Amino acid sequence: MSPPQRVAAGSAFSISTTGSGQAVLYIVGPGQALRRNVQLGEAVSFPAGVLFHAGRYLVILAGPSTHTREMDVTPADQPHSLSFLAKPSRLPVGLQNGISGTAYVFDAYRNLVTTPLPVSFALSDQGGGASQTQTVTTRNGVAWTRMNSAAKEGSAKFVAQTNGVSGTRVIEEVPGSPCGLTMHATAAAGDKVDLQTTPVRDCAGNAVPDGTIVTFTETYKGEQSTADVPIKKGIAQVVMPAHIGARISVASGVVAGNEIRWGGR
Amino acid sequence: MKKGTPLAIIITLLTFALVAIGTLWPNSTAVYWSGGENLLRASSTPQAAVENLGDQIRLRHYGAAYSSLANKAEFTEQDFIYDLRGSHLSLRTFATLASFEVSPLHATADTAVVAMRLHWSTVVGGFEHTRVLHLVRNGNRWQVDWPLVKEKHVPPQVIPVNYLRWDVIYRGPGDDWGVQDVESPHVRIVDMHPVNRAAGAVVMGELLNEDVVPAFVSVRASLLAKDGSTIASATSFDMISHTLLPKQVTPFRIQFPNVDLSQVGSIRMTPLAVLVSASADPIVEVDNQKFNPAPGQSSLTGQLSNQSGQIVNVAHVLSTFYDQNGQVIWVAGQYVSRALLPQTPVPFRVPVPEDLAKEIKSERTIVATYSVGNHL
Repeated sequence: MSPPQRVAAGSAFSISTTGSGQAVLYIVGPGQALRRNVQLGEAVSFPAGVLFHAGRYLVILAGPSTHTREMDVTPADQPHSLSFLAKPSRLPVGLQNGISGTAYVFDAYRNLVTTPLPVSFALSDQGGGASQTQTVTTRNGVAWTRMNSAAKEGSAKFVAQTNGVSGTRVIEEVPGSPCGLTMHATAAAGDKVDLQTTPVRDCAGNAVPDGTIVTFTETYKGEQSTADVPIKKGIAQVVMPAHIGARISVASGVVAGNEIRWGGR
Repeated sequence: MKKGTPLAIIITLLTFALVAIGTLWPNSTAVYWSGGENLLRASSTPQAAVENLGDQIRLRHYGAAYSSLANKAEFTEQDFIYDLRGSHLSLRTFATLASFEVSPLHATADTAVVAMRLHWSTVVGGFEHTRVLHLVRNGNRWQVDWPLVKEKHVPPQVIPVNYLRWDVIYRGPGDDWGVQDVESPHVRIVDMHPVNRAAGAVVMGELLNEDVVPAFVSVRASLLAKDGSTIASATSFDMISHTLLPKQVTPFRIQFPNVDLSQVGSIRMTPLAVLVSASADPIVEVDNQKFNPAPGQSSLTGQLSNQSGQIVNVAHVLSTFYDQNGQVIWVAGQYVSRALLPQTPVPFRVPVPEDLAKEIKSERTIVATYSVGNHL
């Protein structure tokens, strides 16, 4: 028998045989096994779509005598779909190489297309504005890249595209740690002091999201009072006991803000 | 004879023997519970009167305990029960009086003052409190004047709650394998310090939620020998505040009993974080924290004040202690036995090991809270 050395996945092919009599033809390989009763001396035809898993196959003709050949089923050259993994789905702004994108190119039968193909990766911000683009050639069906997160918070669109097929992911770029954390104090009713931060922003000017914890600490005569307060509408606010001469500080995470000494007003 | 038959016979005989012993020589508490003679002795001395009261409280016979009080006309039985078990669900509600100690302070022919130290046990450890009891003699029996501590009543009011809340929608079964799921929160260990203590090695430190979403966190530490094999692995269990809001920092402490750090070549730290629904409410303020380094009573004391309208049923105070260089030298925790009612300060005391007290220069306290009915 004479099977073709190489067949594209899913394409039609035929195997010619010699001799006479009845035989059984087996094609065995990764993910598939075919069996045909054949008449020796005639060509055995396989229509399109029958053999579609890429890999090395063993072709066995079992008749009056047994013959074995090998045949490769290769992925199609044309990509049909693309699986795109983008990590992380949420990260702070201004992070160098913080976003990684990996694209797997598949043919119509979900075989990895191993032919080198150019894949373009494009990361653009919400309004379609500032963008970064990179083109990477696939190796063994995979292309990957790293990109920087933007300076401005928002949802960024990350697109991988090759030969008419594409995948899109949304990356949430969130504000970083608070920067320049500042509070001021005013007297409140009932011997209390009202502590309030200025609108809390990160170093790029993005507003730190509501719910972020800000810690106020008041120290007076060896005693300390603390309150972990979530930011609401951009500011953190708390009312604490007022003691003349008390030192009051503010912090969020590992970022320290200013410190004030309460003098009564 | 089948295997196990001799064992079965022995167990059966032992059972009958123990039942017979228990019947012929019963424990006094068992007699009392089975309706036999009265457990209590006559309250002919102040000590006996207080011990009888303690036994009744231990057996949860609050009606009988209340009836024995000299000043029961000043408050109701319900007030007495609330004083002991709390008026709202808290650790006290589920606590058992494990034991008590009676210390006479002063006595005359007709009055006495006694200190009663009650040791309560709960699933998260024990707590104690001491009551100074005045007793009066009525005829030939002594009676206790119970010093009722009434919980502050929170007046009916509406407290608007508009703190942030987070809900999570995860990827579903129909989503493609390449489709993004919600990203796990990013947490980072910002401080780690292993020490040798008498009971074994302790690894402690601080964990920061550097993300913008809430995280359910835990920390695992694995002690590795010099050859790379694992000596022991443990998690922080409850010595951590498991729910961390964005930019919140929690201490953690992991104990390795019977392990010496000299055996350890390296320590592998694995912080674990899961995205969970959460609420920024309730906020608990920690007031008047004061470190008391006095020998024999080294502790951090203060008050917790619940700033929200929601009752905090169980509060766990976690304190981090730093030396003059700002390094973590100890992490301690203490559960508060009473519920935190809105705007009602509740005291706490976190004990500190004596040998570390002199090194402590600053501290930071956070509160992990649990409220019934709040699944966030």
